[in-house]
Parts: sequence; C-alpha cells; structure tokens
Amino acid sequence: MRELNLKPKSEAKNSSTRSRKSLASKKMYRLRLYVTGQTPRSASSLQNLKDVCDEYLAGRFELDVVDIYQQPELAREAQIIAAPTLIKMLPLPLRKLVGDLSNRKQVMIGLDIKDEKA
Amino acid sequence: MAQRNSSAHHDIPTLEKARTGIAGLDQISGGGLPKGRTTIVCGGPGCGKTMLGLEFLVRGATQFNEPGVLVAFEETPEEMARNVASLGFDLKDLAERKKLSLDFVYVEPSEIQETGEYDLEGLFIRLQHAVDSVGAKRVMLDTLEALFSGFSNPGILRAEIRRLFRWLKEKGLTSMVTAEKGEGTLTRHGLEEYVSDCVILLDHRITEQISTRRMRIVKYRGTKHGADEYPFLIDEHGMSLLPVTSMELQHKVSNQRVPTGVPDLDNMLERKGYFRGSSVLMTGAAGCGKTILAASFAEAACKRGERCLFIGFEESMDQITRNMKSVGINFEPWIKKGLLIHRAWRPTQYGMEMHLLRIHQLIEKYEPSNVIIDPITNLITASTEKDVHSMLMRLMDFLKEKGVTSVFTSLSNVGEIAESEVGISSLIDTWVLLRYTELFGKRHRGLFVLKARGMAHSTQLREMLITSQGIKLGPAAALLAYRDREREPQLDHQAALPKSVRSKGNRRTAALTRRSSRGAR
Repeated sequence: MRELNLKPKSEAKNSSTRSRKSLASKKMYRLRLYVTGQTPRSASSLQNLKDVCDEYLAGRFELDVVDIYQQPELAREAQIIAAPTLIKMLPLPLRKLVGDLSNRKQVMIGLDIKDEKA
Repeated sequence: MAQRNSSAHHDIPTLEKARTGIAGLDQISGGGLPKGRTTIVCGGPGCGKTMLGLEFLVRGATQFNEPGVLVAFEETPEEMARNVASLGFDLKDLAERKKLSLDFVYVEPSEIQETGEYDLEGLFIRLQHAVDSVGAKRVMLDTLEALFSGFSNPGILRAEIRRLFRWLKEKGLTSMVTAEKGEGTLTRHGLEEYVSDCVILLDHRITEQISTRRMRIVKYRGTKHGADEYPFLIDEHGMSLLPVTSMELQHKVSNQRVPTGVPDLDNMLERKGYFRGSSVLMTGAAGCGKTILAASFAEAACKRGERCLFIGFEESMDQITRNMKSVGINFEPWIKKGLLIHRAWRPTQYGMEMHLLRIHQLIEKYEPSNVIIDPITNLITASTEKDVHSMLMRLMDFLKEKGVTSVFTSLSNVGEIAESEVGISSLIDTWVLLRYTELFGKRHRGLFVLKARGMAHSTQLREMLITSQGIKLGPAAALLAYRDREREPQLDHQAALPKSVRSKGNRRTAALTRRSSRGAR
C-alpha cells in the first residue's frame, strides 16, 4: 500500500514530523482522499481539504491521495462508493467524508475538529 | 393462451435472450432474460430474490460460459457463499476459477458524512474493475436500494442509479437488480421507473398455513411472456418453476402395451394391458384393493426392468412394503435395485402447486417409465377440489408429454359409478372400477373396466380375489353370487328381509346379470 501513497506535497511529511515534537498532546490525523482523476470535483476537494488542514491541523496530519481510476482495487479495499471520499483513518473512529468537502461545517464535524478560534 | 406459446418469427430479428438455466423460467420468459439489459427482481423479504439472482449468475457461469459479477450490498460474499452452499453452488470455487467476481459494498450510514457534491463513481469503478477481472457478461446487484440508507441526497442517488442502468446497458451486461417491494409500488424507491425492460415480481404467500412461493413477470418489453403467477420451489437443486405445461394436446402416443401386473386384467384389456404412456385410474371404496392393484402394476414394471415411481399420500414406504408382502408382492429387491422409487409425504405438507412441482422434480430426476400416485383423493384434504383438479390435469399432461404410464388410485363411495371425486375421469384413458357387491349376506370384491380408450375392453364385472399370489379375477360376480346361493342355501336370508329390501336386491342382481351377460365375450 505504501508505494501507492501519492503524496501531493513533500511538506506533508515534514509537517507531520514536526508535529510529533511540538504538538504531542494534539491528536495526529491520518487522512486519505480518494479522487477520480483530474476532474474539477477532484481538484476542488483537494483544495478544500488543504484549506481545512492548513487552518486547523497544521503540522499534525498525513495525507495520501489515491486516484481510484488508477487503482480501482483500492476503491474496493477501502469500500469507496462515492467520489470524492475522504477517509479519516486516525484518530478513531473511522469516518468517511463524502463529497467535495465544500461544506466547511460538515467537514469540521466529520473530522471532529473544534473551531477554537470561534 | 396464445401468449404462452412463444412462436418465434425468424425473419424478424427479435430480442436476444440470455438463458437463466432455471427450470421453468426460461419457458415462461420465452427463452430467458433480455440479453444486455437490466431486469428488476422485486418482492418482499425472504421471497427468494437473492436466490434467483445467484442462480442466474452461477448457471450463467457454469452452463452458458457467461462469467458474472455479484455486487452485494447487504450480505458479505462469505455469508452468501454459505447461504447457497446448500444448493450445491460453490461461489468460492467459481471465484477462484475466474468465473465469478464477488464484491461486497458496505454501506454504513453512521460512518458517512456528506460534505458537498459527489457522485457514485467509486461504485462504477469497482463494478468496471470486477467486470474486467473475469470478463463478465452478467451482473447482479443485490440490493441496490441499500444505497438509500447510506446517502441522504436522493437527487444524487436517483441520477446516479439512472446513470448506472444506462452504463450497464451500454456495456451490454445482462443484469439483475433486486429490490424490496414497496407499499403499493413494485420497489420501495421506484427503481422500476428507470428500468423498463423486464420486471419480475416474487411473492411468498401463506394460504391455509401452507406457504407457496410465486413468480410473475410483470413486464417484459418486446416479448410475449407468461402473464400468470407461477409457483416455484427452492430446494437442494436451486430454484424450479412450474410453468403451465403445453396447453395443446399434442403429445405423441404409443401403440405399445404394458401389462397390468394382473394377467386376468390383461385379458380384459385385449389380453395386452394398458397403453404405454396412458393414464389409468383405479377407483373404489376403502379396502377394495386399489393399492394392491396399483402395486401389482409397479411390480410388473420392475420385473420388466422399467423404473417405477410410487408416490404415496397414505402409507409410508415400510408400511406399504410390509402390506404388499402379504399378497405376494415383494418390493424390497426392486427398491434395492433402484427400479422402484417410493416417496411418501403428507398431502397437507404442501400446497397443490408444490405437490406438482415435487412430483415434476422426481420425474425429471429419476425418469421413470411408470408413475403411481396413491391416492389422489387424499389431496382434497389439503386443498379445494378445483385446485386438485387443475393440479392433476397438469400432472397428467406432463406425464403424457414424457410418455410415462401413470396409475392413480382414488377413493370413492361404495358402489358409485358416478364421477370420481376429483372429477378427472375425462382425463383418464383407462378407468378400472373396484366395488363391493353385497349379495346374500356376503361381500364380493368386483372389478370392471369402465372405460379403456382405444381398445375393445371387456365389460364384464369380475370378482376380484386377493390371494397370497396377488390378484386373481374370478368369474362374473353376479354369476358367482348365484353359485354361492346354491351352494350355501342356509345363507339365503331373502325370506327374512323386508319386501322393499328384497326387491332392491333383486333389481341389483338382475342389473348385474344383464351387464355381465351383455359384456361376456
């Protein structure tokens, strides 16, 4: 599975290593986004996700992006039905966020992030 | 009625069909499901939708070289494999041999959070992947509507399901989609609106505590199909459907004759016996020897090396074997050799359709040349006369089509020549009537051939003697009665009887004498 992880940005890894030191008390997020090729919806879901992560999970998330057109068997393994789907693998419980992640409120609920700024 | 006969006009291209291999279904659908199109199978819980779909896939893969894809939304493939293992379907083996691809689509509403626009492309990709992996020609989606529990946006779902059906059609996949029956609609979410090629409705009804599964083709675009409800059975061989057998009387007849097992009775039937493939009815009051007469026929068949199926609604195999021994008929060696197949079950065990279906199955399985059903009158206890009549009619039709010689026994009231109780006399070729003749304080068993189509049969009323060597026929019963009176004058109670009885007795004697002298040849 590891070789299939399509890390969109190298900084994702950097930020996660950093997070373990500085934000040990905060939970680590492992996220995997399943998209269908280069469709506008795929792109917007990735953008929306990055926005949320940068704002709330800076330095404590790992994100893989899987193109299920390329890796159909992964869609089966992860029980993907809808696209795009974001799976919050950690922290538990596992949640599936279906859709282009444009509804920020639903995304926050799905990822179990509390808006401390508000 | 013309509907039932799929007369194919070969000059006009008709809808291509994909055979299901399910006994009866291909008949009523005129050759199978629409090829490359989607069929919806709907019905309430437990009516056999999944079973139908699985059999469609398994038979496609094993019999018609059409690999299949099963997308299960409600049961895991492991559960399904277990469920159908009892039918002899080995899903795991088929999957290993790349004949079947199983995918379980897990929809758990509590895990799903909707966050914006989406489609069901994930499902499409998985389906495509599964289809490619085995080169599938058939697809079954069981139960697609489970999606409605996981996703809250019905607008998206409907659009996507519509796209899915279009996709299946474009790919030329013969598909089956199962759906729960809704209130007042065929499916809960109105799937039938998207697919309009073929809709099959399954039903599981209980009448008088007897359950019957039924199938109806609600719609089949571009095809003549049976419009009735057809009963079906799910057993260790899978599903079987009982279509109305050919409504035309076209079966070929045989000129061959088969002995009755009673030489004296053969003599009454042109010294040859019954016609092969004809139906024989034996009626008579309780204890007059119907079963023995039928058993004689069975034994004779086995002695000729023919297979005989004996279906009893009254006595168990052991009981009948024991009882027949007392009259010199030994079934045991024939049972051991597999020539005599005895099956007994209670008339109340099934509805009429199920009886018929079960008999069908036994006949298909053992291919007997002779079938005995003892007695048909018992069926009345489990149903109405009308149902029994229709069942027997179809059974006889089926037997004739197969060229099977059949013997039915039927209980009737003492001395009645009237219509037999289930009103099947018109369907019967040879009718042997057994009766008691009470004369002068003694009861005689009498036998006569009421009718025998296609032969110059004797019309004598003969005395039937049940001996330890089987059935023997004595001289005409009435003559015998006279002889008895002469031999045993002390038994003549005529003088002691009231006048009315005496005269009645005389009339009967006279009638019998007339009949026997007329029939003597």
